[in-house]
Order: sequence, then structure tokens, then C-alpha cells
Amino acid sequence: MTPLQSCLIVSALLFAIGLGGALARRNAIIVLIGIELMLNAANLNFIAFWRFAPHPPAQTGIVFVIFSIGIAAAEAAVGLALIIAIYRHRRTTRLDQINSMRG
Amino acid sequence: MILFGITALVMLASSIAAVALRNLVHCALAVGLAFAGLAALYLQLGAQFAGFAQVLVYLGAVAILIVFAILLTGGSEPQREPLVSPGSWGGLVVALGVFIVLAAVILSSKSTAVPPGAPPPASVRQLGEELMTRYILPLEVLGLLLTAALIGAVIIAMREPEPD
Repeated sequence: MTPLQSCLIVSALLFAIGLGGALARRNAIIVLIGIELMLNAANLNFIAFWRFAPHPPAQTGIVFVIFSIGIAAAEAAVGLALIIAIYRHRRTTRLDQINSMRG
Repeated sequence: MILFGITALVMLASSIAAVALRNLVHCALAVGLAFAGLAALYLQLGAQFAGFAQVLVYLGAVAILIVFAILLTGGSEPQREPLVSPGSWGGLVVALGVFIVLAAVILSSKSTAVPPGAPPPASVRQLGEELMTRYILPLEVLGLLLTAALIGAVIIAMREPEPD
């Protein structure tokens, strides 16, 4: 296995862990943690391809990761603010109890 | 290579703990460890600036935000519910299927079987010059997005005035 492949396998495992957590748990905060883990797996892919691809353009991978980290920070702030607002109205963070718009 | 394996193992184990533990505070601690492991992986791959940005943003801001959200929503008491609710075993199956497909593609693709070359140049000076010349427009848009997210998060989480 080449170093690029081992990096990508680690990143695929991280993505699967985040996806499993986001789909199987019922707590909104754990779902958000799972989404963060999936975003981090994508960042690890960017870095791995930047490091091991045959002819990478000079800094593109790192610039991509920096922008991705910035977007993820904004997403986490807004997501957690939404969780706090929902908790204030419904007194719960369990996603299966937040179902008043269910058809 | 051994160092990479150890770091990756620690990172993956703590990320499993982050989504599988019952106590939410333990989850927050484990996700902090996972972010730190990822930063160590970035440093080993030669991306110093991305590694330090990971430490600053994820470990310094996102992990703290998660702890704040847990404490503000009173989730620090351990819950007495099944870890995986009965209807959501399908989610784990989907995640396992995604991993199997991704791993098969990665291991069978010719384009990932390249021998490692010399590390690309990665000085912070070059990175700053690129950010200030070629990527100046995305940088400004990102600044605008962060400002909007800051204001939006404050407004969403602000206590609403009591209707009278």
C-alpha cells in the first residue's frame, strides 16, 4: 500500500465513523460532531493529494484546506446556536422528539 | 510510517469514542483528541500551516463551542436510553457500506498507486503571497461569510423578548 492509499483509507474510515454517528445517534450535538468529523476527513484527503500527487500545483491543497476550515467554523457556530435555540423552545436536544412539523 | 500509523490509530479510536460514548462531556473530550490527532497527521504530511490552523480553529474554537452547547443544553448528565435507537441500525449499515465502497475504489484505482515523490514546497511566506494575490477574492468572501455567521449565530441564540 502506498502512503497515498494509506492516507485515503484513514480518511475513508474517519468519514464512515462520522457518517455512522450522524445517522445512528439521536442527540443533535452528536450529529453535529459527526458532521465535523466528515468535514475533517475531506480536509485530510486534500492534504494527502497535495502531498503525494505527482505534480501538485504549489499551494492549492493547503489553500483549499484553510478555506474549508473557515467554512466549517462558521457552520459549527450556526449549528450550535440553532441547537441552543431549539433547546430553549422544546427543552430537548433529541432529534426524534423535535417532530412538530412531521406530516 | 510507524508514527503515521500510531497517530492515525489514536485519531480513529478517539473519533469512534466521540460518536459512541454515552456521556456527552466525554464525547466532547474525545472529539478534541481526534482534532489534535488530525493536526498531527497534517504536520507529518508537511502541511504546517494547515496543522496549526487546525489546532487553532478546531481545538481552540469548535471543541470549546461544543462544550458550551453541551453545558447550555443540560446534556452533561448521562442519559438512560439505548445508544442506537431501534430504527437507526440502518445508518450504521449505510456507513459501513460507504466505507467498503470507498476502500475498494481507493485500493483498486491506478491513480492512487503513485510512489511518493519529494514533498512540495510549503513555506508560509509563499502561502501568504498566494492568499494575497491569486486567492484574494475567496479570502474576502470567506471574511464576509464569517461575519454573517457571527451575527447570525448571536441573533439565533439570543433570548427572545417575552411577548406581552
